[in-house]
Amino acid sequence: MIYDVTIIGAGVSGCAIARELSKYQLNILVLEKALDVCEGTSKANSGIAHAGYDAKPGTLKARLNVEGSRRMQKLSEELDFPYRQNGSLVLCFDKKDMGRLNELKERGEQNGVRGLQILDRQELLELEHAVGGEAVAALYAPSGAIVCPFGLTIALAENAAVNGAEFCFGTQVIDIQKKNKGYLVKTDQGDVETKVLVNAAGVHADEIHNMVCESKMEITPRRGEYLLYDKRVGSLVSHTLFQLPTALGKGILVTPTVHGNLLTGPTAQDIKDKDGVATSAQGMSQVQQMASLSVPGIPGSQVITSFAGLRAHITTMPRGCSEGDFLIEQAKDAPGFVDVAGIESPGLTCAPALGEYVAEIVTDILKPAKKEGFISTRKGIPSMALSSDEERQSLISTNPAYGNVICRCEMVTEGEILDAIRRPLGAVTTDGIKRRTRAGMGRCQSGFCNPKVVELLAAELSVDESQIRKSGEASWYLTPKEQVKEKGAAYE
Amino acid sequence: MNKRKELVIIGGGPAGMAAAIAAYEKGIRDILILERDKELGGILNQCIHNGFGLHTFKEELTGPEYAARYVDMVAARQIPSLLHTMVVDVQSGNPCMVTAMNKEMGLFRIEAAAVVLAMGCRERSRGAMNIPGYRPSGIYSAGTAQRYVNIEGRMPGREVVILGSGDIGLIMARRMTLQGAKVKLVAEIMPYSGGLRRNIVQCLDDYGIPLKLNHTVTQIHGKERVEGVTISRVDENLKPIAGSEEFVHCDTVLLSCGLIPENELTLDAGARMDEVTQGPVVNDRLETTARGIFACGNVLHVHDLVDNVSGEAEKAGEFAAEYILKGHNDWGVAVRPKIPQKTKCTLPEGRDAGSQLICIGCPVGCLITVKRNEDESLDITGNTCKKGEAYARSEMTAPVRTITSIIRVQGGEGKVIPVKTAQEIPKERIAACMKEIRQATVKAPVRVGDVMIENVADTGICVVATGNMDISK
Repeated sequence: MIYDVTIIGAGVSGCAIARELSKYQLNILVLEKALDVCEGTSKANSGIAHAGYDAKPGTLKARLNVEGSRRMQKLSEELDFPYRQNGSLVLCFDKKDMGRLNELKERGEQNGVRGLQILDRQELLELEHAVGGEAVAALYAPSGAIVCPFGLTIALAENAAVNGAEFCFGTQVIDIQKKNKGYLVKTDQGDVETKVLVNAAGVHADEIHNMVCESKMEITPRRGEYLLYDKRVGSLVSHTLFQLPTALGKGILVTPTVHGNLLTGPTAQDIKDKDGVATSAQGMSQVQQMASLSVPGIPGSQVITSFAGLRAHITTMPRGCSEGDFLIEQAKDAPGFVDVAGIESPGLTCAPALGEYVAEIVTDILKPAKKEGFISTRKGIPSMALSSDEERQSLISTNPAYGNVICRCEMVTEGEILDAIRRPLGAVTTDGIKRRTRAGMGRCQSGFCNPKVVELLAAELSVDESQIRKSGEASWYLTPKEQVKEKGAAYE
Repeated sequence: MNKRKELVIIGGGPAGMAAAIAAYEKGIRDILILERDKELGGILNQCIHNGFGLHTFKEELTGPEYAARYVDMVAARQIPSLLHTMVVDVQSGNPCMVTAMNKEMGLFRIEAAAVVLAMGCRERSRGAMNIPGYRPSGIYSAGTAQRYVNIEGRMPGREVVILGSGDIGLIMARRMTLQGAKVKLVAEIMPYSGGLRRNIVQCLDDYGIPLKLNHTVTQIHGKERVEGVTISRVDENLKPIAGSEEFVHCDTVLLSCGLIPENELTLDAGARMDEVTQGPVVNDRLETTARGIFACGNVLHVHDLVDNVSGEAEKAGEFAAEYILKGHNDWGVAVRPKIPQKTKCTLPEGRDAGSQLICIGCPVGCLITVKRNEDESLDITGNTCKKGEAYARSEMTAPVRTITSIIRVQGGEGKVIPVKTAQEIPKERIAACMKEIRQATVKAPVRVGDVMIENVADTGICVVATGNMDISK
């Protein structure tokens, strides 16, 4: 079979594109090297729907950001993922920098961001009590919002799948060959023929691009480290607090998450390793130190986990492409090959608009008809933790498994975990369960629920528990029984 | 079910059960224990090693045996409990209101004249310790690994580094070794161990596992599964010393770095908390600042010994009974509970293990000096009881140990049953004994004391069950 469109990468961009294209009569295939969607940059970022004052006016970044920001709320209602418009503040710590704060406001206005306002210290403190003593003013963007990056990506993917898009996980692209009318994609799981090929491979988009195009691209992963805090301090701030970039750096954000934790970060460090998501002592202490400028006294003892994500920063643009912007276009020397590369911040925010933008490029090439009966909405997994007592009662009466709490910290029940496994593109790893239900995301970090989640996954997937992974193929939890036996420690 | 109770106890571990029994003895009959797990006993059920009960029962028991005795006492008094039941909210008042849920009953509320909180504690996680590096699989809290090995009968790794020398970490070092894993070392950031002296002897020294004091893990390697750790020496401010890094190959990291009282419900009930214990403050009657809500056991502060938990919980049960029968009185200001001073566990530097012994007879861990005379008789000094002398004598002539482990069960409600050697066996027979234990399979039902293996490893000693297991329904 020849696919109409093959998308490489099931991050937020790839899934947004797949969902948008699933509105048309097209055979769509998404190739993903990980075992689940949302395994790269999409899983480790700030979880912010940026208002859109950062990007340079006239860039694609600026346009998609503002459009994405405007659409996010409606999309969150259609696809049922956590989103909250909490407003953002860019803090200015030096009167000398007021000029730049004003520039930011003007830039935002040029980009079409509504409601921007400069607040003086008094007004700022009225809006956000916890802000530190050195802040002199702030740019207030009421349209700034927070969003669950997993929730968004998974919702887009599930909806695309329900509308017919195929997903192949654990499938890595090895080589791409141009054919008469399209491309032959060689993967470690076999070959795929496709008319149009979309490169949404995140930090690996350069490798995919360079398999096809003459003019080369280079992406340098830019690592950002974060600290996530207990929900007990989640309401320390209500807005997302950025710092006005200075000569010392881009600054660190302090924000509530859509789930009620507090998040600080990211650092910015260019590295070589495209899987280099290790945190460092230096990075973590930098985050703590710089965050305290915005909000003094964030208790270090309340950190529940730290993580790092990689932004796909293009350091060498293919010829004729504009520097500092997203690279989203049909490659000049490869008809039917569409790059969606360099999707660093504010990529998450852009996703709703980016999907549509790329879909236009693809439909211009293929001229497909619209699909009858596109299902535009999707219902997420019910959350017992967020439900009222009446809703809880009714959930348990429909399925008693909703009465069995598996993750104590986040109050996630067996019913929710089974849902996560049984849904379209259901979870096959414990990280997949975690991102769909929050089991293991709380303060004990899966200490109590891990054995139970592993047991449920194994039972549902009809495999031995040693086959259950955290995320990647090699991320096993338990030794296989046979191997234990070989070592003389026979269990059965 | 009657949705009004005189006393509701949250948590069916050692604290909850002791509180229930004590309240019953004071005349309270309408009691309900709410337990989130599948059975009463709490974390004791996975603590299959011995060393429990010296105060309470004047004999050395394993965790499941200690729990089983309380389970029997609860059953004898016909005190009801609801298993697989999670309490989601507690509010104080007259009456107190407890909201809970389970599969059969859904979400339900119970009015209670008084409530005893006995939810126990949890372990500090990796994130809470800010250990840099990747986030692969293979990083477990020691208790999670203990659950895997002792309840699920599964091995969470093959080559292990343990961070933190709390008792659970030490116990798991031995446990993983007995089950066939290689424990590379235990790293402890402090200049002393957080565990009992006798556990250093019987869990590490017995198996040649190094304890690296003043060391911590400064990097976790491995993108998918743990592939190793970097350990570094720390200075007097506990900061890693540059240049002291050492890579240790392993596929598993166990964390035994402290316990934190589990007080989500307590906080939601509005009880005032103490920053040091991370538990609630209580008055003379172990009542929190939320009227009618009492607290005991590890939810109040982390205890070293379960015997102390039982003792404190008995008082909480009695006080709750008194409150139910006589009402509130002036019970003083709520303050931080008195915490027994923990002895810093150090072994004398340069100790000659051949003549200076640490007694493993009880948690005190006396340092005993033995001098062998020319006529082969022994001069034993430093012991503070008879047990010490006997231990030293045996240790110098024919050292023996009690071995605790698990045996796989067929047709039972659970997968494995905890066992122990009925008496101590010669140390050199441990490997042979473990081989037989690992290869054995028994059929449910099993009761505490049932013989699982006779004459294990030709020692003339049998292996007996230390837990109960019914036939699977």
